Amino acid sequence: MTTSMSQLAPATATTASQRQAFLAVLNRDLYVTWTELPVFLAQVILQPLFLLLVFGKILGTLGYTRGGYAELLFPGLLALTAVVTSMQTLAFPLVAEFGWTKEIEDRLLAPMPTGLVAAEKVLFAALRSFIATAIMIPIGVIVLGSIPWRWSGLPLFVVVLVLGALVGAGLGLVLGTLVPPARINILFSLVFTPLLFTGASQYPWPSLSRVRWFQVISAMNPMTYVSEGLRAAQIPQVPHISPWICLLVLLASLAVLMSVGVRSFYRRAID
Amino acid sequence: MSVAACFVPEPNGEAGQAAVGVSDLVKRYPKSPVNAVDGVSFAVRPGEVFGLLGPNGAGKTTTVGVLTTRVRPTSGSAYVGGVDVVRDPVQARAQLAVVPQRSNLDRSVSIRHNLIFHAAYHGVPSQERAARADELLEQFGLLERATSKPDFFSGGQSQRVMIARALMHSPRALFLDEPTTGLDPAARLFVWDRLRELQAQGVTLVLTTHDMDEAAALADRVAIMDHGRLLALDVPAALIRSLPGRTTLDLTTGPPDGPTDDLLGRLGELPGVERIERAQPPAGGAGPPVDLQLRLYLSGEAAPLVAPAATLLADRGLTLTDVRIGTPTLEDVFIHLTGRTLR
Repeated sequence: MTTSMSQLAPATATTASQRQAFLAVLNRDLYVTWTELPVFLAQVILQPLFLLLVFGKILGTLGYTRGGYAELLFPGLLALTAVVTSMQTLAFPLVAEFGWTKEIEDRLLAPMPTGLVAAEKVLFAALRSFIATAIMIPIGVIVLGSIPWRWSGLPLFVVVLVLGALVGAGLGLVLGTLVPPARINILFSLVFTPLLFTGASQYPWPSLSRVRWFQVISAMNPMTYVSEGLRAAQIPQVPHISPWICLLVLLASLAVLMSVGVRSFYRRAID
Repeated sequence: MSVAACFVPEPNGEAGQAAVGVSDLVKRYPKSPVNAVDGVSFAVRPGEVFGLLGPNGAGKTTTVGVLTTRVRPTSGSAYVGGVDVVRDPVQARAQLAVVPQRSNLDRSVSIRHNLIFHAAYHGVPSQERAARADELLEQFGLLERATSKPDFFSGGQSQRVMIARALMHSPRALFLDEPTTGLDPAARLFVWDRLRELQAQGVTLVLTTHDMDEAAALADRVAIMDHGRLLALDVPAALIRSLPGRTTLDLTTGPPDGPTDDLLGRLGELPGVERIERAQPPAGGAGPPVDLQLRLYLSGEAAPLVAPAATLLADRGLTLTDVRIGTPTLEDVFIHLTGRTLR
């Protein structure tokens, strides 16, 4: 067949142009984030900021929480920021793009494999998640006066945050491709709220042994292992799930979410 | 007549030689009892304007979906610019551009950035992007609105932006879905003019439409699809000529002063006349005499019959007061082939 030649010849050029297309799409996303920076900051920071203010500062000042609560709350809020930011970055735009704006079509027709379009979305979501989490650190210092920090815990801290951001992106990819546009409200009421409050971000998971059923529910939320992993890195004196279990569960969650998410993305992209 | 009239569709299997081609294409969607596309083959020459005509559900959108890498065929092959779109969709995407019916512009950025980012996705060197975007925006009458976001654009303006965007990476083949449906007449003519310019530049255009006027105005060749099958494929004039007895000749004279049966018989003997209808005078026979109105259904051209018919009428003292030649349209071709109207 005559096409085999034309397929072989530009193979190397294609690899380069695929990388170029991938970076161009990422560049577009970063450009839009930059032009909408105040919106982005408000979107990602307000929720954890208020949780930090009320639970970490106000309740403590009023004497409703014991000393040290803010310390174990802070890593949990970082986990929440990391997971929720990347999930939101992916899920909502994706529902809209596949559902009614159809903006994604121009990317799906770019000269790169469909899987790279999904990969760009995951990478971009993770980048936004890192930025949001990084901003939370100075905010924590300002609100709480000081934050728990251990330089020796930094490697684990970074690895868990990266995995948390990617797991959040995986959740966003799954939800964004499976939720029909008409049901976008479901994302909020049935998914976000439970996810927010069962992810061990406001409590250390082992302490739940007294509320067994809630402990079981929390164990099913991957965010729990991000919160616990960050506590293991920064406040190891508080009882926490072993970091190895956290890493294993996060890697397994990531594998499952990504394979389901990418498959679902392909189904939406190509009939 | 267009040169495309001489172009004989290539046989199956040689679709890869054409600018755009499908060969024995079949697509059955999961859970569907029938094939959405059911064994379609055609080959579009480089630089040709090719119209895919059919009602909703005919399979034209699915066919274009396969060609533009968005639909995976059940069997058969599809080529764009010599690239097998099923085996190498990434390379195929570099060859083509798509202008959908509804806007899919990037709402977060200006239309100028819509064009520039699209070019970046397709690897147009960064130093060329801005100049090319401005050039196209000017050509499409959009330069003064270059910094506006697409939200504020009318349907016709969005259409123009999408065509301009599609041209940023100089595609070999451009697929347009109902390019001017819903546009006002001026916007429609503007888009038609731009498309003719593209044709002149050698870009291959594939239009899907259920608009007969659009197909007749733009397409070198038209393929008529229904129920997933290709019913006919030819230049519009040839499709129309293929219609049996579809040309009509309407003759009107002053009121006859006697029986007309002999006259109708003689008219019926003229070459190419298949059938004659006479507008019936009002029932009862009372009232003032009425004009004689005849419609001749012809198998061939109408013009050569006007003079002999006029002679026959004059022999009986009847003077022609009105002559109308009815030429069939693509719509008639479609009705003839499918037994139904397009909408």
